[in-house]
Amino acid sequence: MKSSVIVFPGSNCDRDIAVALEKSQIKNQMVWHNETNLPKTDLVVLPGGFSYGDYLRTGCIASKSRIINDIIKHAKNGRLVLGICNGFQILIETGLLPGTLLRNKRLRFMSKNVFLKVVNTENHFCSNYKNKSIIQLPIAHNEGNYFANNDLLNKLEDNNLIAFKYCDEIGNVNKNSNPNGSSNNIAGILNHKKNILGMMPHPERLIDPLLSGEDGSPLFESLLKS
Amino acid sequence: MKISAIVTLKQDVLDPQGKVVGQTLKNMGYQNIISVRQGKYFEIQLDETNKEKAKKIVEEIAQKLLTNIVIEDCKIILE
Repeated sequence: MKSSVIVFPGSNCDRDIAVALEKSQIKNQMVWHNETNLPKTDLVVLPGGFSYGDYLRTGCIASKSRIINDIIKHAKNGRLVLGICNGFQILIETGLLPGTLLRNKRLRFMSKNVFLKVVNTENHFCSNYKNKSIIQLPIAHNEGNYFANNDLLNKLEDNNLIAFKYCDEIGNVNKNSNPNGSSNNIAGILNHKKNILGMMPHPERLIDPLLSGEDGSPLFESLLKS
Repeated sequence: MKISAIVTLKQDVLDPQGKVVGQTLKNMGYQNIISVRQGKYFEIQLDETNKEKAKKIVEEIAQKLLTNIVIEDCKIILE
């Protein structure tokens, strides 16, 4: 299993994710956004951060980078793409995932641990989680309020394309357990082929007991298996 | 009456965001882009029928709230 982490000006979770991948025996390579071709890779990771200072719209300028064309090709060939936080925003701006991410409901940057329910485990990213298990991961974003019209929400629900939902510690998915106002408490979604995952929480930040938890590790172990 | 106000940075104030947008457009192949300036656009519904009065009010609003007069200009458009 080989991965490529794309580094944009303003990325700041790129090295964290590299550590997490390598800890799970995935051979990783950092790729600068200005390259035109991806190295031989099974998985592309778009890391969190503030690419291009969030100019214009979050993820917007990064979605026009030179490397993106090759990432779109990689994705269209059914190979794996993971976008975390700003990476999710970039995936949405490239059109690889549907919907949009608005500013948080209370217009505040949020940085805290939240509970998540793993809603879909039948994909390359979540197969090592138990179905409907409740995990805890940190969020750190200002624009994480997933928004989609009713048609798209129904499509996501009916086709089981939602990977993670915000919940409380006993798994209740409702308004009170929704930190940022996301439609249907959505924290992460998959594309139709389930080879692209975009998520706002940061699994790479909880991969070691020393970092107060390991709830992020199964995601990387799932990837190693695929 | 609807009045629009467009707030932009003054010509000689650096606009990094606009510059990046312009550069990105060039990278996308739009070679004839000379420059881009980014600003804010306000649509104001006003309960006022007299155009002159309305304009005056919006000019005042622009001065007092919408713009930082040190670095920004405001263009007011009556419809």
